[in-house]
Amino acid sequence: MRWINILLGLAVAGILGFYGIRELLADPVYFLELFLGGLVRGSIYALIALGYTMVYGIIQLINFAHGEIYMIGAMTALIVASVLGLWGWHSAVIAILAVVFAVVYSCAYGFTVEKIAYKPLRTAPRLSALISAIGMSLFLQNYVMLAQTPEFQPFESLIPDFAFWEPYAHIITSVELAIIITTVVVMILLGMLIKFTKIGKAMRATAQDKIMSSLVGINVNNVISTTFVVGSATAAIGGVLIACHVGQINFFIGFLAGLKAFIAAVLGGIGSVPGAVLGSLVLGISESFFTGYFWSEYEDVFAFTILVIILIFRPSGILGKHETQKV
Amino acid sequence: MLKLTDVHTYYGNIHALKGINIEVSEGEIISLIGANGAGKSTTLMTTSGVVPAKRGTVELNGEDITQMAPDDIVKRGICQVPEGRRIFPYLTVAENLDMGAFLRDDKEGIKEDLDYVYGLFPILANRRNQSGGTLSGGEQQMLAISRALMSRPKVLLLDEPSLGLAPIIIRQIFDIIQKINQEHKTTIFIVEQNANLALKAAHRGYVMENGAITMTDTGENLLENEDVKKAYLGM
Ligand SMILES: Nc1ncnc2c1ncn2[C@@H]1O[C@H](COP(=O)(O)OP(=O)(O)O)[C@@H](O)[C@H]1O
Ligand SMILES: [Mg+2]
Repeated sequence: MRWINILLGLAVAGILGFYGIRELLADPVYFLELFLGGLVRGSIYALIALGYTMVYGIIQLINFAHGEIYMIGAMTALIVASVLGLWGWHSAVIAILAVVFAVVYSCAYGFTVEKIAYKPLRTAPRLSALISAIGMSLFLQNYVMLAQTPEFQPFESLIPDFAFWEPYAHIITSVELAIIITTVVVMILLGMLIKFTKIGKAMRATAQDKIMSSLVGINVNNVISTTFVVGSATAAIGGVLIACHVGQINFFIGFLAGLKAFIAAVLGGIGSVPGAVLGSLVLGISESFFTGYFWSEYEDVFAFTILVIILIFRPSGILGKHETQKV
Repeated sequence: MLKLTDVHTYYGNIHALKGINIEVSEGEIISLIGANGAGKSTTLMTTSGVVPAKRGTVELNGEDITQMAPDDIVKRGICQVPEGRRIFPYLTVAENLDMGAFLRDDKEGIKEDLDYVYGLFPILANRRNQSGGTLSGGEQQMLAISRALMSRPKVLLLDEPSLGLAPIIIRQIFDIIQKINQEHKTTIFIVEQNANLALKAAHRGYVMENGAITMTDTGENLLENEDVKKAYLGM
């Protein structure tokens, strides 16, 4: 079984490598464009996938409402930007305030969802919490649909086309560049938070052993809330960025993006933070190549096929161990 | 200092503690001995607030802590080294110790205590950047005790510190427990199946059977007691 897996892996890698190099030589610019496009996608997935993986790491729950938190981030930014735009504020101020409000609102929603839908079920069977998560997801979608509108709303990019970037804009736009840079910065900050700060260490400790964490004086409930808040903040940033990129949003954008990011988290090894980032980049880049070279209309089918393949051959994901290292 | 009065604790329908009374005075070493499943660990978990009592009270210096959350109980100075040590396996030795000092902000004092525990167990200093899960059983016990000391506890609860360790390591651990008691006047409450060891180290002891306290006396007297000898000392 193991040998078959290795052989299969080598065969697939060989074929992909061969086609990859052939295409690269045939049209390097197109190849580069696809690669960068994949990087942009992967960055967005990573910003969302972090929330899934951190929450899973700490309470072993797949927070299906997480995609909605991302959607609420984008929606908040749209509302704030529209209102401030009407008032004629400077565009840089609008961009900053829109992001700040998006993050604050998403965090508030993430925090509240945990308190209402998951905390009361912490000792209940896992299936109950999962159903509660799906319910929360549907509730938030419908709530936003009713409070706003079911139609797509145009979202004017908060990131201007920088003049100095003009010569390279045909390869990668300012918005895409901003997405990649923001993601890198967020990842570094988050990595430092988890590695070096007291709350970060407490998050890791809580993921490893909740009872022991409470015995050293950690308030486990606060740590879990913090995890939801941090995951919501990165998702909100992802929401604003992708709205800038795509140019329109509605109440339903969280569904597919959430699922894709979830697949990325599983691909990397759910519960592992580096795994979520790696899984996101791998998914984003391979999706980009797949749609660029093969069938663009099967983009989503591709991601779900990947999910099925991982679940069959390597359910613990790329970086997942048998006992996944959490958070 | 620490006083359990008529404490009843349940796991669902299982009546694990059936009205126990235990009193520990300041600066004392107390041992609680009993067979596997007697309710010793439950006694400590109830004291720490992890499995709160259904009836009865747990008091620390007159304050009722029965229904307090575990972290609030740690704040009041009761710290537990649980059964099986429960080292955070993916945190380094140094990070495990940081977690012991979670509730403290006094950088100077933390540094002092860190030097103190590295002095007690120099091997931990050598291993400070190694993850906790890779330590041997004896090293993990040393780390677990050190982690608890990092909170500067007034009362230290130890659940089977000798479990699964080589005799020479057990000796070392018990020497250090007594040293901590003498140097810092830390009140110590030890739970053990190894009755001989625990009663020798203790000022007073309690014997527990099926969730109830059946005997209490000084450590020396219990060691001489015929029933204790038969049941727990294998004589
Ligand atoms: N988490 C638990 N759930 C249900 N029953 C438990 C649990 N922990 C302990 N018990 C039961 O409570 C009783 C006392 O257990 P414990 O306090 O662990 O004993 P000891 O530490 O003396 O070996 C035993 O009958 C045990 O089966
Ligand atoms: Mg026990």
